[in-house]
Amino acid sequence: MDLDFAIKCIPLFWAAGKLTVTLAFFGIILSLVIGFICAVLQYYRIPFLKQLAGIYIELARNTPLMVQLFFLFFGLPRLGILIPGKTCAIIGLAFLGGAYMAEAFRGGFSAVGKTQLEAGLSLGLSRLQLLRYVIFPQALAVSLPVISASTIFLMKETSVFSIVALPDLMYLAKDLLKEGHSIESNLMLVISYLVIILPVSLFFAYLERRARFAGFGS
Amino acid sequence: MSETMIENINLSKQEEEQREKPSLEDRPIVICARDIVKSFGERLILKGISVNVHHGEVLVVIGPSGCGKSTLLRCLNGLEPIDSGEIELDGELLTKPGTNWNLVRQKIGMVFQNYELFPHLNVMDNILLGPIKVQKRKKTEAKQKASAWLERVGLLDRADSYPRELSGGQKQRVAIVRALTMAPEVMLFDEVTASLDPEMVREVLDVMLSLASQGLTMVIVTHEMGFAKAVADKIIFMDEGHIVENAPPDVFFNNPETSRAKKFLNMFEFKGIKKV
Repeated sequence: MDLDFAIKCIPLFWAAGKLTVTLAFFGIILSLVIGFICAVLQYYRIPFLKQLAGIYIELARNTPLMVQLFFLFFGLPRLGILIPGKTCAIIGLAFLGGAYMAEAFRGGFSAVGKTQLEAGLSLGLSRLQLLRYVIFPQALAVSLPVISASTIFLMKETSVFSIVALPDLMYLAKDLLKEGHSIESNLMLVISYLVIILPVSLFFAYLERRARFAGFGS
Repeated sequence: MSETMIENINLSKQEEEQREKPSLEDRPIVICARDIVKSFGERLILKGISVNVHHGEVLVVIGPSGCGKSTLLRCLNGLEPIDSGEIELDGELLTKPGTNWNLVRQKIGMVFQNYELFPHLNVMDNILLGPIKVQKRKKTEAKQKASAWLERVGLLDRADSYPRELSGGQKQRVAIVRALTMAPEVMLFDEVTASLDPEMVREVLDVMLSLASQGLTMVIVTHEMGFAKAVADKIIFMDEGHIVENAPPDVFFNNPETSRAKKFLNMFEFKGIKKV
């Protein structure tokens, strides 16, 4: 193994890693927003929109991200809609992730008992206030493990971004592979993903502990 | 609760009533319910209930499980929509389209059997949520009032505790304070001691007795017969969705008119029953 080469590659991996992190960040933030909105629509059983959210969730969860990206990057231009690669990646990740986050929030919402809602209502809270002050904080604590798992899953899913010609970590590794540095590039790839994802994992583990210590449900 | 305690409470309450009274029936009506019908699916729960709650009155609703007494309470503050009938609060019809129930519920406080404190908020924040977010009161003023109430129920030192750190009786006292700080015109109590250990029942009932003696308008659903006798101005006995009896407590407990009520009251009597 050529360690010198691996070390020389660090700036390349740093740049590629930054792109991966940026795309993942925006994609995941958007997926949280989409997921939350879908879960609220389903929770409050808003006619029509609730069904729409249901269809979206099934569509997004049951098709691979690679296929979704193909559709965005190669399919839509055929219809005259051109979307830049980075935007495609973020939309794709948010589309897939939104469905997972919706399920995470849905689980949390349904864990908040009906009687808690009644207690809030009987204080005169509006539905929006109820959501903000009573349901959401309790639901979030319950949803956290699933949100955490989905976030890590989505970060790993970014490895398919290279198919829309984005110079992310996977793309770079494949490039180096072609030049005959398979071991070095593989090693750097593993390290890069670990460096990015492990802190996120640890951070969520910390949050989950905090939520557990809050001792809800009593 | 010992008999002498109840007698004492009874006496002090009678004394107070004699001092302040215009008779209850002459006072303005706070809640007026007419012909309330409510069903869950095929099951008819309330079969035409009519009841008036006067200002300062303590109305106690008793009856066997499943007779509809909790449902009646929940209909009064709109937690359950009714099938037909009318409900008025201070003469204003509530059972019409366009009623702002959020506003109505600020005037009708409710306390639940299982406390229903918000587990993610500490005692003070549980209490302040309504006054600050709903009534938009100033935090310092609301906090002052909340502290005064907490002190009255002996829980000021628990203001920073979370619900999980409290006993059942303490939780229920906080729940009562939470409803009271909204300064409601009437309070609904839905079997608030049913989940409590016997020794905790008393601490909650004491709070309610003191509220009653201060002239708070209350509708109480309970299985505590001794307490009902002590606190009530009027007893309503319900069975199978009907009001079977509507009488002052001494009349109801000493001389129930219907055989159904007699049978119900006998369930609480153990005199003459001997272990074989």
